[in-house]
Amino acid sequence: MSLQFFLIVTLNGLTLASLYFIVASGFSLIFGLMRTVNMAHGSLYMVGAYVGFAVFDPLYASNTWGSQAWLIAIVAGILAAALLGLFMQVAFLGWMQGQELRQALVTIGLSIIIADQLLARFGGNPFQFFAPDMLFGPVQVPFIGRYPVFRLFQVGLAVAVGIGLWLLLNKTKLGIIVRAGVDDRQMLAACGVNVPLVAATVFALGAGLAGLGGVIGATAQPMALGVDARFLLMSLVVVIVGGMGSIGGTALGAVLIGLAEQWGQVLFPTYSVILTFVIMASVLAVWPQGLLGRKPV
Amino acid sequence: MAGHLEIKDLRVRFGRASILQGVNLSVTGQPLSVVGRNGMGKTTTCAALMGMVAASGSIRLDGQEILGLGTGKVARRGLALVPQGRRMFPSLSVHEHLLLVAQRGQPAWTIERVYETFPRLAERRRNGGNQLSGGEQQMLAISRALLMNPKLVIMDEPSEGLAPVIVDHLIEVLRGIVAEGMGLLLIEQNLRVATSVADQVAIMVTGKIAATVRAAELIADREMQNRYLGVSHGH
Repeated sequence: MSLQFFLIVTLNGLTLASLYFIVASGFSLIFGLMRTVNMAHGSLYMVGAYVGFAVFDPLYASNTWGSQAWLIAIVAGILAAALLGLFMQVAFLGWMQGQELRQALVTIGLSIIIADQLLARFGGNPFQFFAPDMLFGPVQVPFIGRYPVFRLFQVGLAVAVGIGLWLLLNKTKLGIIVRAGVDDRQMLAACGVNVPLVAATVFALGAGLAGLGGVIGATAQPMALGVDARFLLMSLVVVIVGGMGSIGGTALGAVLIGLAEQWGQVLFPTYSVILTFVIMASVLAVWPQGLLGRKPV
Repeated sequence: MAGHLEIKDLRVRFGRASILQGVNLSVTGQPLSVVGRNGMGKTTTCAALMGMVAASGSIRLDGQEILGLGTGKVARRGLALVPQGRRMFPSLSVHEHLLLVAQRGQPAWTIERVYETFPRLAERRRNGGNQLSGGEQQMLAISRALLMNPKLVIMDEPSEGLAPVIVDHLIEVLRGIVAEGMGLLLIEQNLRVATSVADQVAIMVTGKIAATVRAAELIADREMQNRYLGVSHGH
């Protein structure tokens, strides 16, 4: 195996991990921190991509907005997913705080409805965003050669999202409130905090990250129906491996799973799917709270 | 200034067990202590006042009904709780505990004032809530309540597990709060704390207020202490 090949597979793993991190960090906020079971997270990813594309397509064709179409699609994808998430939290999940089974069933139901609605409205044809010229095409990378610049951008974006979330959780009042809510939700309310409002805000933020992931994912690869299940499963695995409610843990989990998928496909293509779950089962056996998760108090 | 708390026929049931069987209490201007043995419903009363458990009856703060509002709203209306066991947030530092509740504008209690009043907390501002000693935790729990600038503070067993010298400090702090005009409902097992902070002491027996007496009366009456509290001396 040449060094170049090794580096390419590893870099592929890291760029995939970046997309996984963006989506799973939203899941981690909702599930790990707010303890809301959201089995529709993959659907929010898909909604971001589809609504983003519905906005992108006519703009890209027009002469005046063509160059900004992609950025506008990003904003539209984030907003659509965030608003849908907000609606889900306020209309359904907020009433079922702490009832995990009920939340799981309701969100599975919602994910089926959302998938059918997307099929009815947008049809079943795959589609793909065109990245703006700046992020389009290959770039020379030392030891590797030509590599898609958009995939490198993905890594940068994931790092930016990670730093942004870390700052939000550790350096802002909202972050203090969220962390206090993880410790003792009732005592947080006794401090005069409007806990349902905070839960809705965090849910919208997590859903928005899924929407952002949707547009990014559909720029890197063609998007089609059915990815909701894949990204929900991936988010679950990443958060379980990394540890609930830890941004660093989510990043670590995403990198492990991203690398495992890419290397698995290279080394034993037939069984590569299993590798992810072998990792998850091993982590659960040795560190039930995840690699960087906190021990339950 | 001090909020007027009027509690009428407060009842709480857990399943078939009646924990509070019609509590009547009023805190008007003067601090009030509530004493009683373990399991008489003192902590449940605190939880019911803060809207943390389902209850029936009536709780009025300055004439307005607050029963059924939900904990967050009750707290914003002006009731603050220093809970049993202090309930620190392990994920937050001392300073973050204070930032969480600090109010804008020029309220009576600010973070600076807390640090002046409790210099020990200023020294430990970067420490986690669970890394503090019992006394420090209690000062932080009290500060957390004070920073909300409430009309009335409910304190549930603040002296629990504290060394005697710390309890003396606690009594000073509570007297200071009262002198400032903040309302205080003090739930205590420690008769010395209960009677040195408030002149009026309510005695709770099996989910009801059995009697409300003057602190001096309770201190003098060993027989009453035995009957209601099962203690023979005001230790």
